[in-house]
Amino acid sequence: MSFRAPSLAQALLVVALVVALTLPLFASVYYLQFASKVLITGVLAMGLNLAVGQGGMVSLCHGAFFGVAGYILALASPGYDAAPLLTTLPLAVIGSAALAFLIGCFALRTRGVYFIMVTLAFGEMLFYLFHDSGIAGGSDGAFINARPEILIAGRQWFSLDKPLAFYFVMLALTVVVAGLLTMLARSPFGHALAAVRDNERRARSLGFPIFRIRLSAFVISGALAGLAGYFAAAQFGFVAPQMLSWHVSAAALVMVLIGGLRSVTGPLIGALVLTGLEEVLKAEFENWKLIEGLIVILLVIVLAGGLRQLGFLTTSAQREEVAPASGAGHA
Amino acid sequence: MSLMTFGIQLLNAFQYAMVLFLVASGLTLVFGILGYINLAHGAFYMLGAYLAYWIVAKTGSFALAMIGGTVIAFVLGVVLERTLVQRLYGRDHLMQVLLSFGLILVLDDARQILFGKDVHAVAPPAWLNGTIQLTDNLSYSVYRLAISAFCLVVAAVMFWVIARTRIGMMVRAGAENREMTRALGIGFDRLNRYVFAAGIALAALGGIVIAPISTVFPGMGDGMLILSFVVVVLGGIGSVGGAALGALLVGITDTFGKVFFPSISSILVYLLMAAVLVWRPSGLLGRGEI
Repeated sequence: MSFRAPSLAQALLVVALVVALTLPLFASVYYLQFASKVLITGVLAMGLNLAVGQGGMVSLCHGAFFGVAGYILALASPGYDAAPLLTTLPLAVIGSAALAFLIGCFALRTRGVYFIMVTLAFGEMLFYLFHDSGIAGGSDGAFINARPEILIAGRQWFSLDKPLAFYFVMLALTVVVAGLLTMLARSPFGHALAAVRDNERRARSLGFPIFRIRLSAFVISGALAGLAGYFAAAQFGFVAPQMLSWHVSAAALVMVLIGGLRSVTGPLIGALVLTGLEEVLKAEFENWKLIEGLIVILLVIVLAGGLRQLGFLTTSAQREEVAPASGAGHA
Repeated sequence: MSLMTFGIQLLNAFQYAMVLFLVASGLTLVFGILGYINLAHGAFYMLGAYLAYWIVAKTGSFALAMIGGTVIAFVLGVVLERTLVQRLYGRDHLMQVLLSFGLILVLDDARQILFGKDVHAVAPPAWLNGTIQLTDNLSYSVYRLAISAFCLVVAAVMFWVIARTRIGMMVRAGAENREMTRALGIGFDRLNRYVFAAGIALAALGGIVIAPISTVFPGMGDGMLILSFVVVVLGGIGSVGGAALGALLVGITDTFGKVFFPSISSILVYLLMAAVLVWRPSGLLGRGEI
């Protein structure tokens, strides 16, 4: 048995984890809440990357999965009391997963650019459904007055109300999700998914059940988006149709791009960079979206120019060549 | 529903479909020829409407707004193609999506800086600002009829250009087989630029003609973008004829959905899209397997 020296990426991961664990010692509540927000969007981006990076499915309806889970929490919250965490969380995640299954069944009949357009259309359908109907306040959104808690025999055992508790739950969740996705990427399923992405015809002729593999990945990915959406709604105490908008999906895609498409934990860095950037820009400029847009454009142009992967600082579950870029919709 | 009301709804559906076609044909042309998916298409539609408002407010002339707005959009399209879009031809669709996203953020805020975020109304040209009395209590707006007629003319010109001119021949060849056309030595750079700019101009023109009958508001681009995509998915991507068919289907479904099934009218067109996806995943007039 030989001892393998830890790679730079692994060392950095350990450092990041230590910093994350000790953060409450030196950071104020504001930064704790910011860190929680980063972790939540990180879970969304990591989940999305299972579909985009591993599966080659550029989905624009993950915002809808994210938002629907938030709405499920809002609708399940009883008036001014806290919702029970142990029942509403599974409910929200299952709701998002079921939605992903339903949309996936239709959208996965298509490939490439069609898939992008179809997921966009279904996602926005849900946006308008919540926006135009009276569900949970319609276009005004709805408040969640108390954060979810765990109540056993009438006694409160745990509540997400304290920023510190919330932060540690998010940290634990992020680690679990990252571990799960790494295992998934290294599993036979992960390899099959990558095979389907890289060469569908060959994978099909090798006997892989293409549709089922893609759909499974899409549903898991959608469920993770729901997981993130549930906690995002819990943190902000508010849900609005904008949570379902395709702009949420697009922002998560930018995070995936920053972190590296073939990396499991890379999107976390993307989440940190983009969320941090937004926070700074919002504080400094009135027209911060203009600047954010310019930065996104610059990023795309730079990356398209050859530097295809910025995620060199992160652990790659699968070190492999990035498939040659091609207009996949153009057969 | 009386025959007359039915007729009015049919005219509404047709007028709606024609504007949809105007916008969606730009989207489908750009994708068909350039292989570029332009999610910022709706933003140019919104920009067109604001330009119409601005030019009419400054000059009082709607004709000037139509010409000026379209020209501005075309020039903007040429500039964007040269500086940004052409770098992403043949690239991952993900990159194209994200470039569009960045563009939307920039265009939305630029609109805010230039025109503000207020909701506006635009007056139609005076000579079209009337109604035709059909019965004692039913009438139809002349401007709506004019939109339908105008869009029909634009569509006819577009079909004529594509089917009968040398540029149209290149466009058709490019849509059929890009690599082969390039190998035959047809200069694509300029063609690409003008096709992209024309697509943008069509989106803006759609926004301009719709401005007098709808309100001009910041979020109007998103709704149009989604509907254009539904149209393109229905008809088959890259097919202008498909866009016409898809637009008619969406127009009829939406208009009559609001009359007959008001409770689910907002999701009816998406159900239509889902049904077509099950039946023909590559669109009604789309070619081959995707």
